[in-house]
Amino acid sequence: MTDASPAAVPTPVRPPFLRHSGDRLLGLFGLLVMLLALAALAALLFDITRDGIGRLSWQFLTSYPSRRAAEAGILPALAGSVYVIGITALIAVPLGVGAAVYLEEYEAQGRLSRLIEINIANLAGVPSIIYGLLGLGLFVRIFGMGRSVLAGSCTLALLVLPTVIISTREALRAVPKSLREGSYALGATKWQTIQHQVLPAALPGVLTGLILALSRAIGETAPLITIGALTYVPFLPDGLWSPFTVLPIQIFNWVSRPQAAFAENAAAGILVLLVLLLAMNAVAIVVRDRFQRRAQ
Amino acid sequence: MSQTHRTRAGWAPHAGWTRSLPGTAGVLVWTMVVAACGGGQTPGAAGGPAGDTVIRIDGSSTVFPVTEAVAEEFQKANPGARVTVGISGTGGGFQKFCRDEIDLADASRPISASEKDACQATGVDYIELPVAYDGLAVVVNPKNSWAASMTVAELKKLWEPAAQGKVMRWNQIRDGWPDREIHLFGPGVDSGTFDYFTEAIMGKADESRGDYTSSEDDNVIVQGISGDEFALGYFGFAYYEENAGKLKLVPVDDGNEANGAGPILPSPETVKNGSYAPLSRPIFVYPKVKALDRPEVRSFVDFYLTQGVPLVREVGYIPLSDREYELVRGRFTAKQVGSMYQGTESHSSVSLEQRLAQ
Repeated sequence: MTDASPAAVPTPVRPPFLRHSGDRLLGLFGLLVMLLALAALAALLFDITRDGIGRLSWQFLTSYPSRRAAEAGILPALAGSVYVIGITALIAVPLGVGAAVYLEEYEAQGRLSRLIEINIANLAGVPSIIYGLLGLGLFVRIFGMGRSVLAGSCTLALLVLPTVIISTREALRAVPKSLREGSYALGATKWQTIQHQVLPAALPGVLTGLILALSRAIGETAPLITIGALTYVPFLPDGLWSPFTVLPIQIFNWVSRPQAAFAENAAAGILVLLVLLLAMNAVAIVVRDRFQRRAQ
Repeated sequence: MSQTHRTRAGWAPHAGWTRSLPGTAGVLVWTMVVAACGGGQTPGAAGGPAGDTVIRIDGSSTVFPVTEAVAEEFQKANPGARVTVGISGTGGGFQKFCRDEIDLADASRPISASEKDACQATGVDYIELPVAYDGLAVVVNPKNSWAASMTVAELKKLWEPAAQGKVMRWNQIRDGWPDREIHLFGPGVDSGTFDYFTEAIMGKADESRGDYTSSEDDNVIVQGISGDEFALGYFGFAYYEENAGKLKLVPVDDGNEANGAGPILPSPETVKNGSYAPLSRPIFVYPKVKALDRPEVRSFVDFYLTQGVPLVREVGYIPLSDREYELVRGRFTAKQVGSMYQGTESHSSVSLEQRLAQ
């Protein structure tokens, strides 16, 4: 303790390799942490693939649920997930981007805007089951939507809205000021500037946020069960008012069955959900790259 | 340079407008996805608005496998029929049922007093139809050589709230059992299995110690017990049957000689004849009387009580006796409204057949 007094250590004589030892240690630590995270993911993927790959087949993708695990398929859940997430995006994008544009470009920066900002950030952390209860009371009962695709999509749209607003605002904030000023200098109005300069420049960031939000929504079970999404639906959703089920609910149901064959179905279902998620991400990346290239 | 170019393009009517609005672009992509999905529907799914022809069922996840199997076969026999089944839980199902939102409620326990009131308030009349038995299995690890049977009193001593933090070793339950720590596994408090076990053993629903490993997924409990020599737990009989090699059943003695003397092992026979008491229970469907005016609902319930019977065993549950099914069908055809149970009264004291015959 005592011999560690500053006078005992003449700092200038520390050789460079010692001076960088902290750097190297932190780098090593970071690598270790990353490998650990990746290993957990790899173990999960390996486990799921080993259990589920044998069940993945065209028959599995195109069949309806059944009490016999070998005959059961995922079609209504897959169609339900795609349909519900699609409508969710249709609702959440205009509302979320619109709200973000207003807050970022039009709203006067004052106490009120800070209050709104804090509240939106808080909403992003509300447990999803709460949105489910809200959806049940508001959309299913008061608005009379029933246990429909539309009610499910509206509920999920509410759930993702805070994330969409926050990421869109950040993307808008990242647009360089010079771009706006150049547009104004050419005589463009505020809306023309937003429409032709700011939004296209912010698009990559907006899309990233949207995909993150929708990726959360596609894995949600609790709010959809609360609003009355079903488990056994032997037909495809054929409209906004149709009853529906989604992948996570079907997977959850199979996991909790006593027969081991249903556990394999659940693993195969998880693989389908993963592929759907990756496909969504891929579409977003392609669209984002196209816009990014155009913007340059 | 490229900036100016883009701005100029933007001023052209229409073309630039859609391109420069990111929201619109996202919307377009998703419209295509949704359109593609909407185009892939089956011909049978087309036709009038959903609410009219769909038979809507919701409720207990315990009853779900039976109802799913019946719905599957019913639709094979009646192409074009549309049956949907949800798993909101028995309570959630009755809530929707009494709000007149569904046609049938699946229930792993009889309708409660407050649910009766709720149904009465909205004028929803129902018929109570037991459709199968579900047994609860008390299980230990196969290496457990001592727990050859347990009495209801011993189970109560082990699981009652007062045991929390106190009854921790096997030899505290019965002298002569090893002086080793006991590891308890059971369903979570939201499950109907938990409700029923606590009611049957403690005499009051939801009375239980809390210091045990709980899971809403019975498969997790199976895994826990199969890997631990000093474990004990309970769950639905179907889960035991699927994992019989990894577990050992504990016969239960209810001290009542009238329904079979001594400890009784759960099996389809002992559950059905009522000797495996008190851990066997009937499970129910509750059709809404008003919905029975619709021919498809009437024929579905009829199918459930006739062609549905062989499916019960197939999905892991235990069918009622032939005599009991006959009585249940009688209830249905006579449209006998209301419940056989007086609120929360324990339904293990009187046999189902006696009740049905009343």
